[in-house]
Amino acid sequence: MKELLDQLIALAVEKVPLLGQAPDWVFYLLWMLVAGAALLVYASLIAGITSWVERRIAGRMQARIGPNRVGPRGFFQWIADGLKSLFKEDVTPANADKPLFRLAPYLVFTGMFGAWAVLPYSARLYAADLNVGILYVMAITSLVVIGILMGGWASGNKWGLFGALRSSAQIVSYEVPAGLAIATAVALSGSLSLQEMVRAQAGPLGILGWNIFKSPFALVAFFVYFIAAVAEGNRTPFDLPEAESELVAGYNTEYSGMRFVFFFFAEWANLFLIGAVSTTLFLGGWQGPLANPDTWWGVMIGAGWFFLKACFFVFVLIWIRWTLPRLRVDQLMAMCWKYLVPIAFVCLIGTMLWMSVFGDRAFFGLVAVGP
Amino acid sequence: MSPLQTDIWTLNMGPQHPSTHGVIRFVLKTDGEIIADADPDVGFLHRGLEKIAELVPYPSFMPYTDRLDYLAAINMNWAWALSIERLAGIEVPPRAEHLRVITAELNRIASHLISVGALASDMGAFTPFVHALRDRERINDLFEELCGARLTFNYCRIGGVSLDAPPGWFDRVRGFLDYYEPMIDVFNRLITDNKIFVERLRRVAPVSAEMAIAYGLVGPNLRGSGVKFDLRKDEPYGIYPQLEFEVPVGRGYRDGVLGSCFDRYMVRIEELRQSIRIIRQCLDRIPEGEIQAKVPKVLRPAKGEVYCRTEAPRGEVGFYVISNGEKTPARVKIRTGSWSAMSIIRELSKGWMIADLVAIIGSLDVIAPEVDR
Amino acid sequence: MATPAEIAERVQAQFGTAVLETVLEGRLPHLVVEAGRLQEVCAFLRESPELKFDFLSAVAGVDLGEQLQAVYLLYSYAHHHAFTLKVNAPRDNPVVPTVSGIWPAADWHERETFDLMGIRFSGHPDLRRILLPEDWVGHPLRKDYKYPESYDGITLRRDEEDWPDPGAEALYK
Repeated sequence: MKELLDQLIALAVEKVPLLGQAPDWVFYLLWMLVAGAALLVYASLIAGITSWVERRIAGRMQARIGPNRVGPRGFFQWIADGLKSLFKEDVTPANADKPLFRLAPYLVFTGMFGAWAVLPYSARLYAADLNVGILYVMAITSLVVIGILMGGWASGNKWGLFGALRSSAQIVSYEVPAGLAIATAVALSGSLSLQEMVRAQAGPLGILGWNIFKSPFALVAFFVYFIAAVAEGNRTPFDLPEAESELVAGYNTEYSGMRFVFFFFAEWANLFLIGAVSTTLFLGGWQGPLANPDTWWGVMIGAGWFFLKACFFVFVLIWIRWTLPRLRVDQLMAMCWKYLVPIAFVCLIGTMLWMSVFGDRAFFGLVAVGP
Repeated sequence: MSPLQTDIWTLNMGPQHPSTHGVIRFVLKTDGEIIADADPDVGFLHRGLEKIAELVPYPSFMPYTDRLDYLAAINMNWAWALSIERLAGIEVPPRAEHLRVITAELNRIASHLISVGALASDMGAFTPFVHALRDRERINDLFEELCGARLTFNYCRIGGVSLDAPPGWFDRVRGFLDYYEPMIDVFNRLITDNKIFVERLRRVAPVSAEMAIAYGLVGPNLRGSGVKFDLRKDEPYGIYPQLEFEVPVGRGYRDGVLGSCFDRYMVRIEELRQSIRIIRQCLDRIPEGEIQAKVPKVLRPAKGEVYCRTEAPRGEVGFYVISNGEKTPARVKIRTGSWSAMSIIRELSKGWMIADLVAIIGSLDVIAPEVDR
Repeated sequence: MATPAEIAERVQAQFGTAVLETVLEGRLPHLVVEAGRLQEVCAFLRESPELKFDFLSAVAGVDLGEQLQAVYLLYSYAHHHAFTLKVNAPRDNPVVPTVSGIWPAADWHERETFDLMGIRFSGHPDLRRILLPEDWVGHPLRKDYKYPESYDGITLRRDEEDWPDPGAEALYK
C-alpha cells in the first residue's frame, strides 16, 4: 500500500505543484480518511445486505416469504429499515447512566468495525497489514464485550444487566479456545500478519495449501475456532446474552432507534468478520484457483475467492441460527471449559508435534510423496 | 479468604415478558441465575367469567367458554354443553357427537401444535414454532369453512352443534390428516431429536406422580409424570368409549427423568398421533342424521347440581354448575388445567435456572385466560 | 371403586355426628360435614386405603344466602371414584379450616375462593387475593355484591346518559 500511496502522492504533486509544499502527514491523513470511509461504506453495505439475506433465508426456512416489498425481492428493505430507525425516537431510560448508555453502542460498533481494517480482502487489497494483525483483531473485538457490559449496566434494567453479565462471561471464556485455535493457525503459518498467513497457505490448485489440510489437528482447530467465534458473536445456539425468551432482549432491552440499530449492524458485520477470519486462518484467505498476487486480475479473483468463502460462512451462521435451540448458561460454560479448551490445547500441541515430524507439508503432499 | 458476598436479587418477570405465554407475572428472587423463589402473580386477564355465567342464560354462556381457552375453544364449548346436557338430561344425536369429537380432536392438534412450538421457541429455536403455526393454519382453514371462525369457534350447542359440515369437508379433513401425519416426523427431526433441545429438557424439573396428583396436575402434565389417566378413557363421555386410541404417558424419554419437561413435551407429541387416529375413526363411521337435539327455547334445568369433567388439551376442565330451576345458573365454578399447572410452578422452579423456568412454563403449557378466567 | 353410598357410609361410621347431611341422590352425591372437623374428615378420605381420595379437583365457594358453602370436589386415581364434600359457614363470619396441608392443590383453590367468595380458610399459609388486585373491595361472587363505582380513580360505571345499561335481562330475553 505504501508504494501505491507514494506513487499517488507523486502524481498529485506533479499535477498540482502547490501541493508539494504541504507536509507528508497531510497526505497520509487524507489517505487514512479515504481508506477508512471506503471501509466503513463497504462494511455497512455488507452488514445491511446481510440483514436482508438473513431475513430472506430465515423466511425461506420458516415456510414464509420474508421482506419482499421494497425493491426487487425486497432488496432495499435494509435501507428502508435503516432510514426508519434514523427517524425513530431515541429513548434514554430515566434511571440510566446516560453517558455510558449513549456510548455503549458506539463501542460495540467500533470494536466490530476496527477489525475490518486488517482483513486481507485480497493480495494487495487491504487497508493495513499489521505485523501483529491477528492479535489486533482479537484485541479490538474485545471492545465489544466492554460495550455490551457498559450498555447492559447503564440501562438501569435488571434484564439488561443479566444479558451483559452473561455476555462478558461467555465472551471472556470463549476467547480462550478461540485464542488457542488461532495459535494453531499461527504456528502453521509462522506469522501473525494476516497477509503473511494467507501467503503461507499457497499450494497446489490454490486449495491444498490451506491450513486445515496441513494437519488433522488443524482441521479440528478450525471447528473449535468456528464454534468459539459463533459464541463470541452471540449467535444462536450461544445467543444467551440476548436470549429473547429468557431475558426479554438482554443487554439491548432498553435501546431504541439508531442506537439499537448500531448493535444490530455490529452483529451482522460480525457475521462477515467471523467468516473472514475463519477463512484467513484456515481456509487460505484469498488463495484459490487462478488467484495470483502478482497480476491485477489474479488479485481480483483472489478477492472473489475471499468474498465467496466468507459469504459461505455467513450462510452457515444464518442456517445454524434458524435451526438450533439455545444452550443453557451452565451448558455453555461446560462446553467451553470441559470440551473446547482441552481440545484446543491438544490441537495446538498436536500441530506442533506434527510440524516437527513432517514439516509443514500438507496431507496431500504426504499421501503423494510419503513422509 | 471469606467467600464473596452475594445478594438475592428481586426480578420482575412479566406481565409483558416474551415467554410468559400471555399475561402472567412472576416475582423472581434469584441468586445469580438460580431461582430462589418464583411467585406467580395471576389475574391480569380476570374477566369474572363465573360471575357472568350467573347473569346469562345457559345457551348464552357458550361464546364465553371460547374465551376460556382460546387455543382450544371447541373443547371448552363441549365441556359447557356436556355439563348442561347432563344437568338437563339431554340426549345428543350421534352425528353431532361425531362432529364434536372430530372438531375437538382437530382443536386438540391445533392446541398441542402451539404448545410444542412455543416450547421450542422458548428454547430459542424459532423455526419449529413457525412450522407448527403453518400446520395449525390448515386446521384454522378447516374450522373457518365449518363455522366461520378461526379462533373462537362457538361451535357446540347444548344438545348438538351449530352447523353441519359443508359438502366435501370430511374429505378435506382426511386430506389434512394425510398431509399432517408425516409432518409430525418432520417436526421431530427438526427439533425433538435435537441434542441441545433434549439436553435442555430431559432432566429439568421432574414432577413425580405423587406430586403431580397432590398439586392437581391434569392432562398431558399428569400423564407426563407417568400416570396413565385420561378422562376420555377412564370417565368416558361422548362417543369416546367406541373409539380406539392409546393414552401416551411419560417414561423418561431419552434417558431423562420421569416427569421431566421433556416427558411432558413428548406426551403432547404422541397425543398428536392419537388424535389423528381418533379423527380417522370418526370420519369412517360418522352417521347421517340430526345435528341438534330438541332443546326447549328457554332452558330451565331442574333444580340440581353437576360436576362434569372433560379432557381438554390442557387437561381436565370441570364445570361445577348449580341450577335453581331458573334460566340462568345459580353458580358456575370452572376448574381448568392451567390453574393447577400454574400453582405448581412456584414449588417446581426452586433451584432451577431462569432458562429452566421458561422451559417449565412452556412444558406445563400454561395459558393465561384459562388461569384467570 | 366404591359407590357413593359406601363412601358416605364409611365416613359416617368414622365420624358419626360430624356429618350433618347426606345426599346420595342426584348427580352429585355429597356429604355436608361440620366445619370444625373438616380436616379430620379430609385426612381420613385421603389416607383410608379403601377411599384414597388423592386428588382434589377443585374447591368451589357457593353463596347460599344465610350461609356460604365451600364445596370440595374429590377424585381418587387409585380407585377411580369421585365424591364431594361440603362445608357450611355462617355468612357474617365465614371461616373454614384449610385443607392445604392435606392436598397442596387446595392452596390456590382456597385462595381463589377467599378472593371471589370471601370464605376465610383458617390456617392457610398464604391467604391473600389471587385473581383480583390486593386492594380490591368485596368478594364479587357473593349474590349481594355491589359493583364498585370506581377503582383507583378509574370509573367502572358507564355513563348512563350516553350508554344506558340495558341490563342482563334485556340483553338475553
